Amino acid sequence: MRTCSTLCLLLLLSAPVCCRAQEPAYFVTYSHDLEEPGNLEIAVKSAQGSPRYGNSFISETLELEYGAKAWWTTEVYLAGQHTSNDSTVFTGFRWENRFRPLFREHFINPVLYVEYENTNLDDRSLLEVVGHDSVSDMRVSNAVGRTETEREMELKLILSSNFRGWNVSENFITEKGLNDPDPWEFGYALGVSRPLALAASARPCVFCRENFALGAEMYGGLGDLDGFGLRATSHYAGPTVAFDIPRGPTISFSPNFGLNSNSVGVIYRFKVSYEVQQIFGHFHGREQ
Amino acid sequence: MNWPRVWGAALVLAVAMISATAEAPWVNHVSESERNKTNPYGGNADAIAAGSRLFADHCAKCHGEDALGRKKRPSLRTPEVQGAADGEIFWLLKNGALRHGMPSWSSLPEPSRWQIIAYVKSLGQYSARR
Repeated sequence: MRTCSTLCLLLLLSAPVCCRAQEPAYFVTYSHDLEEPGNLEIAVKSAQGSPRYGNSFISETLELEYGAKAWWTTEVYLAGQHTSNDSTVFTGFRWENRFRPLFREHFINPVLYVEYENTNLDDRSLLEVVGHDSVSDMRVSNAVGRTETEREMELKLILSSNFRGWNVSENFITEKGLNDPDPWEFGYALGVSRPLALAASARPCVFCRENFALGAEMYGGLGDLDGFGLRATSHYAGPTVAFDIPRGPTISFSPNFGLNSNSVGVIYRFKVSYEVQQIFGHFHGREQ
Repeated sequence: MNWPRVWGAALVLAVAMISATAEAPWVNHVSESERNKTNPYGGNADAIAAGSRLFADHCAKCHGEDALGRKKRPSLRTPEVQGAADGEIFWLLKNGALRHGMPSWSSLPEPSRWQIIAYVKSLGQYSARR
């Protein structure tokens, strides 16, 4: 975990060219905004929670997002977590790809999402909630959880709209284990976000309104193919805030409140992301 | 379920959808109503200053700090761009030209996009190739 954080910090410090990302202030929900081609976004996401009758945990996820094409973004996640009174473990990786099938902007813009996950039961990153995921999954000790690796394929249909500065996004999630006979699991994520000011200031400023975005997210499970619905599922909702430091990183925070007894009471999410523009051009030297 | 077949079919479908998008100069796709939109910030000094900062943040790495283009990324100071209607450039910023590497900037609020256009138009033509 410490190695991941150090590597990330070194990358941040060694990249001289950066700018704020254009993404809405979401942690779980995806909008139709893809990474600009040639840009690399490096992000560290934290999720901290204290499940009832369980030990508190903090999950750290390193995210590397690259714009392969203007219509295709590919992303790798490396995740780990620390559980109090237990241990610190690496929990696995994910590789995701997002495609825009329509090349124009519409009122509702679809994005197809395909992800391969190789994580163990200790994973606490909560990058999505599907099926009957619940707080009881987080009471499994690290020693037990690390023995079972889950290889899963996850598909999402991302629908997203930008209108008068607002972004409204809806994600429909389905997930299938590749190494077990479990049925398809379903989930959802909804988000709305808006910058505090729509026009930029004439003078450079740090704490001006255009550098802040506020929003809200709600996400949860929808059961599985054998029992679709809200029974025995967990759900979360909460406000989000993002601060784009001019020519620096973007810092985001969100408390996600569990909406039923299957959920963790509160999950505090924190994210620092930094965009390196034209990463391969940077390595080949800056042409003028 | 036969997973290789399912994923193969999904891949073929995705490629077909992408290929099906007709390729034509972007300006041909701009509707008359979009073309006739006027820049609410046109010539406004504050908007040009703000647009300059937005351009540096979002556009300069590809199009160059002087907007003269870099490598395969086009100059924005050609007669074609400088002579284009504000509404046409606004359409391009909103939709992008995904096939050619220009992303959509629809997530930038509309006033910010108009500020960028005000700045780009303030640069004027520069025809010398670098």
